Amino acid sequence: MKKQFPLAIVFIAGMIFIVQFFSPAFTPIQERFTHWYIVVAVFAFVLGLANLTRLNLQKIHRQQEGWIYSIPLLIGLVGMALCSFIFGIEEGPFVWLFNNMMLPMSATMFSLLAFFVASASYRAFRARHKEAVMLLVAAVIVMLGQVPIGSAGFMGHLRLSDITQWIMAYPNMAGQRAIMIGAALGVVAISLRILLGIERAYLGED
Amino acid sequence: MSSLDRRIIFLVVALAVIIPLLLPIGLPIKPTAPVKAFYDSIELISEGSYVLISFDYDPSTMPELQPMAISLLYHCFSKNLKVVMIALWPQGAQMADLAMETVNQQLQAEGKPLPEYGKDYVNLGYKSGGGLVIIGLATNFGAIFPLDTNGTRISELPLMDKVKSAHDLQAVFSLSAGDPGIPAWVMVSRMAGYPTPPQPGETDITGKMLLLGGATAVSAPQFYPYLNTNQMQGLLGGMRGAADYETLLALPGTASEGMDPQSIAHLVIVVFIIMANIFFFLEKRQEERKAT
Amino acid sequence: MPKRKGGIPTLTSKAPTAGLLSVMVALFVFSLVPTVTWGRPSPGPPTNLQGEDFPLDDGGSIQLTWALSPDDREGGLVEKYILLRSTKEEGPYTELPYSIPLGSDSYVDSGEVDENGVTIVEEPRNSIKYYYKIIALGKGGVRSEECLIDGPAVATRQWFNPGRVNMLVASIVLSLFILFFIWQASLGKELYIRPLAGLEAVQEAIGRATEMGKPVLFIPGIMDMDDIQTIAGVTILGRVARMVAEYDADILVPCSRSLVMTIASEVVREAYLDAGRPDAFKPDNIRYLTDDQFGYVAGVDGIMLRERPAANFYLGTFYAESLILAETGSSVGAIQIAGTAMPSQLPFFVAACDYTLIGEELFAASAYLSKEPKQLGSLVGQDWGKLIFLLFIIIGSIIAIFNQLNPDLISIKSWFEIQ
Repeated sequence: MKKQFPLAIVFIAGMIFIVQFFSPAFTPIQERFTHWYIVVAVFAFVLGLANLTRLNLQKIHRQQEGWIYSIPLLIGLVGMALCSFIFGIEEGPFVWLFNNMMLPMSATMFSLLAFFVASASYRAFRARHKEAVMLLVAAVIVMLGQVPIGSAGFMGHLRLSDITQWIMAYPNMAGQRAIMIGAALGVVAISLRILLGIERAYLGED
Repeated sequence: MSSLDRRIIFLVVALAVIIPLLLPIGLPIKPTAPVKAFYDSIELISEGSYVLISFDYDPSTMPELQPMAISLLYHCFSKNLKVVMIALWPQGAQMADLAMETVNQQLQAEGKPLPEYGKDYVNLGYKSGGGLVIIGLATNFGAIFPLDTNGTRISELPLMDKVKSAHDLQAVFSLSAGDPGIPAWVMVSRMAGYPTPPQPGETDITGKMLLLGGATAVSAPQFYPYLNTNQMQGLLGGMRGAADYETLLALPGTASEGMDPQSIAHLVIVVFIIMANIFFFLEKRQEERKAT
Repeated sequence: MPKRKGGIPTLTSKAPTAGLLSVMVALFVFSLVPTVTWGRPSPGPPTNLQGEDFPLDDGGSIQLTWALSPDDREGGLVEKYILLRSTKEEGPYTELPYSIPLGSDSYVDSGEVDENGVTIVEEPRNSIKYYYKIIALGKGGVRSEECLIDGPAVATRQWFNPGRVNMLVASIVLSLFILFFIWQASLGKELYIRPLAGLEAVQEAIGRATEMGKPVLFIPGIMDMDDIQTIAGVTILGRVARMVAEYDADILVPCSRSLVMTIASEVVREAYLDAGRPDAFKPDNIRYLTDDQFGYVAGVDGIMLRERPAANFYLGTFYAESLILAETGSSVGAIQIAGTAMPSQLPFFVAACDYTLIGEELFAASAYLSKEPKQLGSLVGQDWGKLIFLLFIIIGSIIAIFNQLNPDLISIKSWFEIQ
């Protein structure tokens, strides 16, 4: 029973969502299930918060490696929450902290991509075999074609940006479609396995 | 040399970005076809029509999407279009406010009249739910957004008297950094019964609804299938797309300024790739010689 | 007959003319009220009010359409329209407080709630006949004549959306293929599954981590449990955790969502239990960091640089952080196996990781690692379904080519549209 009950819940909830797609009459039940999921997710957030706080307090208490970084984490966590409760989130210290600390830090992390693209390209784009050569040539054309340098004409009027647009509109689009269709079929297969209880690894069973 | 210290690569890339920012080159920008399609689609919309802009991004993707938002708002106001702004991402509403500030400054500098809140544009703010919000807007704006970001009831906003549902809109724009975003708008709007798009080449778009998007450079390639099948009528991709759009509007902004550093950075990466391959082949030849 | 008293005219008065005249004048004036109020003309009425059930819903909505008032124009007499509703044709009618501006020739009556969820207008109940009237409202509250609906309207619940028959057929066909091959596999039939390099390397990666005495890092994506890729990632986590438990290594699972952390913790605990190593399970290894995308990436990068895992698994939904994670993992010398169905992130994983599971391979991974015949059977069924789709793509492309030459030829595009 302990193993069958979660499988039954998965089957019933899954079938309701599938049936609702074809039958508008099931919309209220589907919406009810969606609301329940949101409630469960919100309560799970409490668990996550408790986990984060406990681990970092433990780290400070035991003075484990890197414990010093747990202090600003906890100060930030409690501080931002208090600022929002006391001063609100429309203006005041919360907004100042968000705009002057949170946003620049997010932008900084995002900016790492520019450097990592360069280092990943340097490491990965080696012409080891013919597929790698095709990847390399396409990458160079698209990289240059996507910036104003690629608008310079050569061979008469043929521009790198025109070749780039062709690559994006045809081979790239074909590849994107193939991945999307393949992934969609994979979703159907895994969903069917989960609904029918064949796939149970997400419950921790084999 | 084929395993160059990555810190040298980082340093060169940093210089490739900083130097052109300080010493601009002024490379010419030639707009691409998807951006021209985006611009031409908006030109089809008649004056006084109502459009929706969905701010589906956050500050981390501002460098790419904010210039698009500013240019789009400028284009809409220059055609006297009435703009309803919403957000499917929590910080999207702030992005909308920031974009409006910049547009107002630009219009003021040009001596043009400023759009009036409540009559020419409204900001209805953020609503969670992604696809569910899109479905709800198909039939009843008021049920999804009863208040605007200032807490005013939408029944008190003159613009919203004319916009009750998606059927009152001539165009929907999604400036999207991820999910929910363009894929949700394309897929869900169709199923929710939004007006159909015009056929390619059709100039009278009465009763039809355009769906146009702006996306980060990384995610733009995956939307080409939507462009190809006319599920979207135009696409701005990354900072290049934003710069192209600024060029078409003759409104130079941060995206156009970013083209020089982006060009040099791309060139530097290509040079690194070529160098890496040269070193790779040289090392391979050396090993083959040692083996023989 | 009453007699005159105090000069008040009575019925026996011989001078009825003045009183009668004043009554007639009053009647005449009041009869003009609908059309003349304080000198304002009333707008012409809207006409042809029709009502029908709003299609493809759970009921509770009636779609109303009408022809505009002749005075409905910019600067005209009409300011807005008012709807009235009743369950009986003879009334009484209740005025509905909807805001219907000029220029509107349709409205959906589906009830209204305020921002606090309090019902302002009750939605039409299913299977009940409703009658409507519409009035054009002019300036100063002047009303036009009423237009009565042509026949009652009834809201009904739709049990099936006929616009999705094609999807139903496709789903059934695909499901039948999958179920058939699951059944074939359960009968003991040998089914060939091509080897996936990324999955063949899982055991090697975990073995490497054990030899080096370093942990395994597993990231099930950055989205929540309502994302199918996260579910796929968590199912693979169960299998990887079991192998890690058998090899006596450590597994770190930093999560971006609390619900994912809760489930991942249970999955890993059960995996250790199944492997007979419940004592080796360390609950602190499965931790929640933050929902914020780049805050999470910063946290995971920190874990990688401090713990220096020997094997990294990135299996789930990723966005812009994919390359940051993969490059940092590469810098610490970990063997990296990634899998996602996000087309925009696949190039980054292909460039930066040792093995990449592309799209459907992520969803096949759990079945592949289990080696269970039934699960492998579903992969074969899925591939047969793909063949059917390929067939339709080829047929559709040929028809589309001929349609370019002759537009009157059959078009199957509408077969694939969903309402």
